[in-house]
Amino acid sequence: MINMGAKNMISHSFRIAWKDLMELFRNRMGLVLLILMPIFMMGMVGFIYPSETSLNNIPIALVNEDKGFGGYNLSSTFILTLNTINENTSMLTLTNTLNLDEIREMIQTGDAEGGIIISNEFTQNIISGKQGTITIVTDQSNPQMSAMIQAVMSQVFEEMGTTLAQQNVANQLGMDPSNALAIVKPYNIQTEGSIEGEFSYFDFIAPGIMAMTVMMSVMTGLPAAISQEREVGTLDGMMVAPINRFSVILGKTIAQMARGILQGVLILALSMILFGVTIHGNILLVFALLLLGVFSFVGLGVVLTSFAKDQETAVMMMTTIMFPMMFLSGVFFPIEQMPPFMQGISKLLPLTYVADSLRKVMVLGADIPAIAPELSILIVFGIIMTVIAVPVFKRAMTR
Amino acid sequence: MKVKSLENEVMIQVNNLTKKFNEFTAVDHISFDVKKSEIFGLLGPNGAGKTTTIRMLSTLSRPTEGTAAIGGYDIVKRDNKVRQLIGLVSEKMIMYDRLTAKENLRFFGKLYNIPKVTLHQRINELLELVQLTKWKDSKVGTFSTGMKQRMNVVRALLNLPEVLFLDEPTLGLDPQSTVEVREFIKKINQENKTTIILTTHMMNEADILCDRIGIIDHGKIAALDMPTNLKNSISGANTTILILEIANLTPDLIATVRGLKCVETVSQENTSHIKIHAHGEEAFDSIIDSIRGRKGNIVSMQNIQPTLEDVFLHITGRAIRDKADNKISIPTHRRFRQQRRVR
Repeated sequence: MINMGAKNMISHSFRIAWKDLMELFRNRMGLVLLILMPIFMMGMVGFIYPSETSLNNIPIALVNEDKGFGGYNLSSTFILTLNTINENTSMLTLTNTLNLDEIREMIQTGDAEGGIIISNEFTQNIISGKQGTITIVTDQSNPQMSAMIQAVMSQVFEEMGTTLAQQNVANQLGMDPSNALAIVKPYNIQTEGSIEGEFSYFDFIAPGIMAMTVMMSVMTGLPAAISQEREVGTLDGMMVAPINRFSVILGKTIAQMARGILQGVLILALSMILFGVTIHGNILLVFALLLLGVFSFVGLGVVLTSFAKDQETAVMMMTTIMFPMMFLSGVFFPIEQMPPFMQGISKLLPLTYVADSLRKVMVLGADIPAIAPELSILIVFGIIMTVIAVPVFKRAMTR
Repeated sequence: MKVKSLENEVMIQVNNLTKKFNEFTAVDHISFDVKKSEIFGLLGPNGAGKTTTIRMLSTLSRPTEGTAAIGGYDIVKRDNKVRQLIGLVSEKMIMYDRLTAKENLRFFGKLYNIPKVTLHQRINELLELVQLTKWKDSKVGTFSTGMKQRMNVVRALLNLPEVLFLDEPTLGLDPQSTVEVREFIKKINQENKTTIILTTHMMNEADILCDRIGIIDHGKIAALDMPTNLKNSISGANTTILILEIANLTPDLIATVRGLKCVETVSQENTSHIKIHAHGEEAFDSIIDSIRGRKGNIVSMQNIQPTLEDVFLHITGRAIRDKADNKISIPTHRRFRQQRRVR
């Protein structure tokens, strides 16, 4: 008997899912939007985020106040080196100006993003055995840019400083330059990724976006689909038939999931073709994770549907929840960057675990044991949500 | 008259059924029985509680109080058993516009676990029955309202229900489709012995179709009987209904007639016709006398049989139209809230 019931429930769910998909595929406009959405999404996040090549020709104002000392002029050597480095990387575009005030003015008018000031006792200090001073002027109103300029220039200056120190030590102690380097800079720092190949910000973000799109698709699609049928009146047709109430939820979820997965596959294909993302793990595991993600979350969608009186309210409720989730679940920004309080919230969101485990599988080639904690959290999430959702839905439907 | 072999078998039993939406009582302790293969009408103005009653009986809405059973099965405890026995024609079309006629029927049929071959055959028969065979592969969205409503009725027959609920089945149809749908309802009832409960706010529809009628107002059943008995009940109370054509009709004359002791209401139909409700043995004579006394020129006279409209007026003390018009004066937001609840 129980077996029979379960079989019926599943076959009814597939009927409902099939019906929903037929409706979807006969709606041309909807179908076009369905395909365009991931393309826009991908284009957007794929191209607006900074990459190495995007830091090009940053306009920088240069003030050389150095008066020289005893016939030497170390600042011109410094500028020469800076120019040489810049010719290779073409990172900066240097413009000569007179003083700090001029730099400020240029930043205000947008002619410069930052400035460099070589102090007037630069040569004198270095020759008399003191430190020379170089000031970096930044534009605080654009914190990200100013941080970037600061980082880039510090690196350049430090490299130049090291070279200078190396020469000085070699000359003064009469050493081999490579030994002198070991004295000036005892450590040689190298970076090695845990996996082979080139990685970009996009590799970090693609799995998260995939997870997000699939879940967003289901989360907004499910309440919309159920409340739309309720408004039109067709839901009564299903509710008046002798079917398990759960098969309505399940059927709708299957249809929305198919829709979401279609978008997910599109995103994956686009990121592989346009942005060179490669999947290092098992692709089946990737889809299994997406399904699990939907399962963990669908209950919440059903609960909200039950409370929403009409389609408009349902979609609004879902959007309100989706937005914070997008930003808190580490899809765009690593969770570790967030303040502890926000990290706590993000640990409550299933999307966090889906994005995280998906990233591990796609980028790091992780297998099931490696993502076991995330998997179990998602399963527990899903069971709790479903247990809450089914009775709430049943009650709401017989209001 | 149709032959009813199972005349006394009760199909639907309703016992103190009540539905409250917060503080608003939509259906207020109603009780009635419907016999097998009977057409039972719930007649009342908009918002009287007809749709809510139907929704409760068809397991779509849970009663706040009271019980009901269909074919002996409780509508709450054995809801899935009840669902197998019933078909619902809702006020809204239960039909997907983007699917074809056949696809729609197949989808709903599958929800009743009808075997594939049987279903296929039944769909063809049903489409033939409502003359839609030609359109079976056309999308329902392209159908006219009349065609859609025929589909809507046929959809409810897929599981060969023993009880069919029809909520305002002819609402919004043109006169021709209205007649077709009414004929069809009669046909189903006669050929399949289907028990039918229908709601309507149209007096003549209830009169034409129903074996028995429950007049429902403010969520309560105000009267319940066969249409003829209902009408006789006010004739028996010595009611005279007259339509008079008076060539020189004046407000003064109307006031005089209204002033008579035996006259209940006088309504002016147009420039020369008035309709008079009166009671008492002498009513007829005294009305005519008073008009003649005032030099009224009576051109024609009709002594009409009471209609259900008159019954409704008599029972509730006001015309069914008045009630419907009154509803519009309720502030908009409140009206919407009520409507949504009722559905």
